This record gives sequence, C-alpha cells and structure tokens, in this order.
Amino acid sequence: MFSLEHITNSIQQWLYSTFNPTMALILECTIVMLLAIGLFAVLGLVLVLMERKVAARMQIRLGPNRVGPRGMLQTAADTLKLMMKEGLTPNGADKFLFNLAPFIVMIAAMLILAPIAFAKGFQIWDINIGVLYVSAVSSVSVIGILMAGWASNNKYSLLGAMRSGAQIVSYELSAGLSIISIVVLAGSLQISDIIASQQTGWWLFRGHIPAVIAFVIFIIAVTAETNRAPFDLAEAESELTAGFHTEYSGMKFALFFLAEYINIFIVCAIGATLFLGGWMPLHIGHWEGFNHIMDYIPSSVWFLGKTFFLIFLIMWFRWTFPRLRVDQLLSLEWKYLLPISMFNLLLITLIAIMGWHF
Amino acid sequence: MFIKEYISDVYRAVSSLLKGMKTTGHYFIRPKEIITQQYPDNRAQMKLPERFRGEVVMSHDDNNEHACTGCTACELACPNATIKIITKFDTTPEGKKKKALDTFVYHLELCTMCNLCVEACPTSAIKMAQTFEHSVYDRNKLLKKLNQPGSKLRAGVE
Repeated sequence: MFSLEHITNSIQQWLYSTFNPTMALILECTIVMLLAIGLFAVLGLVLVLMERKVAARMQIRLGPNRVGPRGMLQTAADTLKLMMKEGLTPNGADKFLFNLAPFIVMIAAMLILAPIAFAKGFQIWDINIGVLYVSAVSSVSVIGILMAGWASNNKYSLLGAMRSGAQIVSYELSAGLSIISIVVLAGSLQISDIIASQQTGWWLFRGHIPAVIAFVIFIIAVTAETNRAPFDLAEAESELTAGFHTEYSGMKFALFFLAEYINIFIVCAIGATLFLGGWMPLHIGHWEGFNHIMDYIPSSVWFLGKTFFLIFLIMWFRWTFPRLRVDQLLSLEWKYLLPISMFNLLLITLIAIMGWHF
Repeated sequence: MFIKEYISDVYRAVSSLLKGMKTTGHYFIRPKEIITQQYPDNRAQMKLPERFRGEVVMSHDDNNEHACTGCTACELACPNATIKIITKFDTTPEGKKKKALDTFVYHLELCTMCNLCVEACPTSAIKMAQTFEHSVYDRNKLLKKLNQPGSKLRAGVE
C-alpha cells in the first residue's frame, strides 16, 4: 500500500549512510524547509482559487474562468502581477518594523506547521506538548499584525491592528478551551497520541453532544482568530479600507495575504486532527470489513480531505454570514462562547472521568 | 427566566444562521442556476431581462407609417433634453392645415434610459429597444433621427 512513511524512512537511511550525522541532519532540515515552502506556495495558489470559485458558486456567478483551463491559472497570474509590483514603503513609516512585520506573520504561520501530522508517520516534529505549542505559537501572529498597524503610521492601520489584537486575544480563550476538551478526552497533548486515540472512532462522534458543541465553538473561534469574515473587523474594507495592511503593496502585501490562507489551512488541519481523527481513516466500532476497506485509502488523502472539508465550511461561513460589529464581536465571545465552552469543558471532563464516551 | 431567554437567543441565532447556509449551499450544489452571461462569447444567444432598456426607438409598420402625432409630450417629459421634436404643417385633403411630425431628434448621448418619454406618449409611438452596443468613435454619431425618411402618420391616429 502507498505510504509516505517508507519514503521518509528510506531517505533518512540513505542520508545517514552517505554523509556524517551532522551533514545528514542539515540536509534533512533543508529538505523539510523546501517542502514547507513548496507547500506554502501551492496552498496559497490553491486556496485563493478555491475561495474565489466557492464564492462565485454561492453568489450564482461563474468566478475566474479565463486564465488557463477553467481559470486554474488565475492565481498564478495574480501572483506574478504582485511580484512585479513595487513594494512601496510610506515616508512616515517606521521602515524597519514596516518591512519586518509581514515576515513575522509568515514565520508564525510556518512555525505552527511543525507538529502537524500530514499522514501516517509524516510529521516534522512530534513534540509531547504539540497542542500547547500550536495554541501558543498561533498567537505570535498578532505581534506581526500589531507591528504592521503601528509601523504604517496610518490611523486605519492602527485601528485595524488594535481590533485584530482584541479579537485574537479574546477568541484564543474559547479556542483553547475547546482544544482542552479534546485533550481531556484523549489524555495527551502529543498530536500523534491524540490521533492514535481515535483509532476506534473520531472524537466528534465518540464524545457525544459536548464534543459537537466543542467542535462548533472551535470552528467559530478559529474563524475569528484568522480574521476572516464574518469576523474580518481587522480588515473591514468598508470603514478601514484594508485595516492593518492598508499601506502594504506588492510582495509584502502578498505575504500577508498568503499568511491568511496558510493560517486557515493550519487551523483547519488542527481541527481535523483533534475532532476528525487527523489521518486516521473512518472506523466504525467493530465492523471489521468496513474498517479494512477504509484502511485502503491512503492516510494523506484522509488528512487532506478532512482539512479541505473544514476549509470549505469556513468559506461557506464567509460567503453567507453578515459581518459583526466590534461590540457584538466581543459580546459573542465573552457572553456566549466562553461561558458555554467552560460549562462544556466541565461536562466533557465528567464524561472522561466516568468513561461514558464510546 | 434569564436562562430561558439566553438559551432561546442562542437557538434563534443558530437556526437563522443555518437558514442562510442552506440558501448558499443550495446555490453551491446547483451550477445550473448561475446567472452570469459570458457576454462577448454568447452574443448570438444572449438573454436580456424583459425590462432592460437600451435606447428609444420609434416603431414603423410595413407601410412605413408611425404613430407619432408630434404632440411633444415626450419632449416635455424628458428630464435632460434628450428629445427634440421638429414639427411641420401638412395640408389635409379638405384643405385644412394640420400639425405633423417632421423630425424626431434623439440625443442618445444624453439619454439616461429613464423611460419617462415612453410613458408620456399618448399614442405609443416610441418604445424602448434592447440594443446596447452603442459605443462609437464620434459623439455626433449618437445623434439620431427616429422617424424613417418618407414615413408618415398612420391613418386614424389622433
């Protein structure tokens, strides 16, 4: 059966048998880095195209259909355009921070990639505090956004950045609580352990209704954390022109844009790992025949399928729901999501202690 | 009581959001309902809405007769002086002089397609056509004469 595990293992054995250990490690890091950058480039192109196509279909339009077959090359053409454009730095801006900010946002997105398991045995770094690491590093991107807003020396940018800060800091709580509820069920912070614990069924189904509530809250909270509509107050085209990236152009703008889509992919990958079993195929209890058939689908296909399903869900939200006001945004978090998720965590803890889950 | 309100708030919010998602999901899975027309490609079989207004035309029948009496109601109704009616005096067989249309001047470049002239016309002589490819290199070409050369008033139209 096709498996990425054999490929990675054989590459590692070949590297360690050909070079000395230090050299092999450096080469491995280079390969991982190139793969990550390649993944980012491909994801950026695919997700932007997917977003535009999904948006068009939901608004009874056609969407991009001129560049390449069925508009497939539209985003590649857009990227080429962005690369050709001049990266302008405003005169009154804090030049160093202004140019640094997009890279911080991008690096924060890259760092979260480390503990994600893309397929069986295909994971960059399986640390024992994987989930904690993810929720810690994901809030680093707010520093980049605040930096961009501050350094632009523009009131729109600063307002957008402050809103984004308030939003990310408050929604991190309920996202964290819903992550914790799965950690309570799985009994481990390590990503590979969490996936292994879903061997007999995904936590979304095994944890009864509290797990479903945790999943819904997680999806709402990550939509807010990635600054997407209906929570796109940080950009707010109508009142803040483009929020924190008003002053950015060319490739620096493209980095912000790319980071937004990479973040969507990453939070959906985390959601798929925690609630939908990561690369684990769909197993139903003791139906041996059914489980065996499901095992024939490669684990990478399972992971990407689940992740793209969640991404589609988030896009569906974006093109359906009206935008919230700032006060509504904060009251949704502090008056509704946080109390509900705290109560929900209590219920899940009870379920985990009493062993009521399947 | 408070708890009841809180829960019903959440319930109503979720159900109304799901209703919206149902609508967009409905459109997502039915590509046949897409209303975009790929205009220059489908010029031959393009479907315009019934009420689309492209320009004012005067309808002539087979005998090259129109229904315009030259009453200038359309000229008065026009908010931006798009129409100019030039009248003449015809002599009837009985030897009486009668006012008739000489030239119906229509400035397409000034027209906003508001349809007021068509509504004002007492004899339904003019109507809105669906042609819309009006771009030309010289604005003088947009000055149009709506009555065809040699046309006359249809008998019986007062």
